[in-house]
Amino acid sequence: MIIVGDWLLSSGQYQTLLESSLVTVQILLYSFVLGIVLSLVVGVGRLSEHEWVRGAALAFVEFARGISSIILLFIVAIAAPILLGIPQASLILLATIALGINMGGYGAEIIRGAIQSVPKGQTEASISLNLSPMQQLRHVVLPQAMRVILPPMGNLTIEILKGTALVSLVGVTDIMQSARNIRQEQLADQVGTLPILYLNVLVLYFILAQVVNALFKFWEWRVNKSFMGGPALTRDELPPDVLHAGAGVGG
Amino acid sequence: MSTTQPPVVEREVEEYRPHRKWFRRPDIMGPVLVLLAVYGVLVGFVEQENFFRTRMEAPGGLVRFDWMWFFHLIPLMLKGLLVTIKATLLGFAVAVVLGFFLALGRRSKVLVLRWPTIAVIEFVRSTPVLVQLFFWLSLERAVPGVDLGPITLLAVGLGIHYATYCSEAYRAGINSVDQGQWEAATALNLGPVTTWVRVVVPQAVPNVLPALGNFLVAAFKDAPMGFVVGVHGLLFFADQVSSETFRVTEPYLIAGVGFLLASLPAAWAVRKLEKRIAYERI
Repeated sequence: MIIVGDWLLSSGQYQTLLESSLVTVQILLYSFVLGIVLSLVVGVGRLSEHEWVRGAALAFVEFARGISSIILLFIVAIAAPILLGIPQASLILLATIALGINMGGYGAEIIRGAIQSVPKGQTEASISLNLSPMQQLRHVVLPQAMRVILPPMGNLTIEILKGTALVSLVGVTDIMQSARNIRQEQLADQVGTLPILYLNVLVLYFILAQVVNALFKFWEWRVNKSFMGGPALTRDELPPDVLHAGAGVGG
Repeated sequence: MSTTQPPVVEREVEEYRPHRKWFRRPDIMGPVLVLLAVYGVLVGFVEQENFFRTRMEAPGGLVRFDWMWFFHLIPLMLKGLLVTIKATLLGFAVAVVLGFFLALGRRSKVLVLRWPTIAVIEFVRSTPVLVQLFFWLSLERAVPGVDLGPITLLAVGLGIHYATYCSEAYRAGINSVDQGQWEAATALNLGPVTTWVRVVVPQAVPNVLPALGNFLVAAFKDAPMGFVVGVHGLLFFADQVSSETFRVTEPYLIAGVGFLLASLPAAWAVRKLEKRIAYERI
C-alpha cells in the first residue's frame, strides 16, 4: 500500500533543502552572469576582422564545449589553485568560474549565430548612420538578435542549473551536499529511505528548472511584445519635439 | 540518309550512385563497419582496472608541476578513458533505442500513454544526471536481488537521461516527414508497421543523425560522472592517483587533456556528418 507520507520528508528536512537550494541558485546566478559576459565577448570575437581574435575565440569555444564540465570543475577547483599558487580561494567562486566557462562556450555559438541571423542591411544602415561598432552592436544588432538568442539561452541556463549539482563533489554545500547530510540524520533516526530522499531532491531540481523556464518565457514575451507595433500615436500623444519638427527633416 | 553517324560515345557510367541501397554504398558501410568494430572491441574487451597505480615515484610537495610525471601518467589515463568511452557507448545504445519508443509514446493517440510519457520526458530532461545516478544507485541497493555493476548502472543512468533528449530529436525528425508520405502510405493500403519501417523511419532517421551525434558527444561529457557510482573511469583514475601520491595538478590535467583528445575529434566528425547530410538533402 502506498501512503503519501512515505514519499515525503519531514518539514525540517525540507527547510534544510530549501536553504541549501539558495546556494545552488547563487552559483547559478553568478555563473550565468559570467557565462553571458564570456559568450558576448567570445561570440563577437568569433566575427572579428582580426584573424588572431577569431582564432583565439574559436580555441576558447572548442575547449569549453569539448571538455566535460565535471573534469573542468575538478581542474579549476582542485588543480588550478595549486598550479598557480593561489592560496585559499573561495570554492563557490572557483565552481562559478568552471560553470561560467562551460556556459560561455555554448553561449558564444548561440550569440554568433544570432548576430549572423540579423540581416546585413541593418549593419550597413548603421554604418551609414555613422554609428561606432560598439553602438551598432548595442543599439541595432543585439536588440534584434535577442529574439533568436533567448530560446536556446533558456535551455542553456537549465543545463547550467543541472551542472550546479556537480559542485557538491568539490565540497560546496549545495542541495546535493545537504541531501547527504539529511541522509546522516535519517540513518541516526532510522527513518526514511535513500531512493525517496533522492526523488525529493529530483523534484526540487525540477521545480527550479521550471522557474528558470518560466522566467525566460516571460523575458521572451517581453521582447516579442516590444517588436510588435502598437497603435499609432494620435496628434495629442506625440511628443512635442516630434510634433514641431515638421515634415521636411531630411530636406 | 546515308551520312556517317557520329560514333556513339560510350558514356562513363557515373561512379557515384547515391540511390543504391544503403548497405551497398561503401561511403556509408565503411564508417558503419569501422564503428561496429570499434564498438565490439571496446565493449567486449575493455575491463575496468581495479587500481591505478603509478610505477614512478611522484615528485615532492614543493614541485608544482612535473612534466616527466605528467607524461608517465598517460598509459594509466588511457585505461581510464577507454572505460569511460565504453560506458558512454553502452549508455548511448540504450538511449537510441529507448528514445525512439519514447518518441512513439509521445506521438501516441492514447491519452493514458501520451501524458505519462510527456511527464517522464520533461522530468528527466530537467533534472541533473548526477542526482539521477545517485537515485539509480540507491534504488539498486534498496531492491534486493539486483546487482548491476557500476558500468551497467552508469549506462542505464546515462541511457535514460539521453533517451529523453533523443526522443525530442526523433520527434522533430518524424514531424519533418511530409504529410503526403503518410497519405501515400494509406493510399497504398500499407499497414502501420510497414508504414513506419519502410516509409517513415528511412526518411526521418537520416535527418536526426547529426542531432544524435551531438547527444553522443554530450553523453560522453557526462560519462565521467560515473565516478560517483564506482566506475573506474577517467575521473576515478585522477582521484585515485591524486589520493595515493598527494599530487593533484598532473592527474587532473592529464585527465582533461585525454578527454579533449577524445571529444574534439568526435565533435568534428559530427560536424562533418552534419554538413554531408545537409549537402545530400539539397
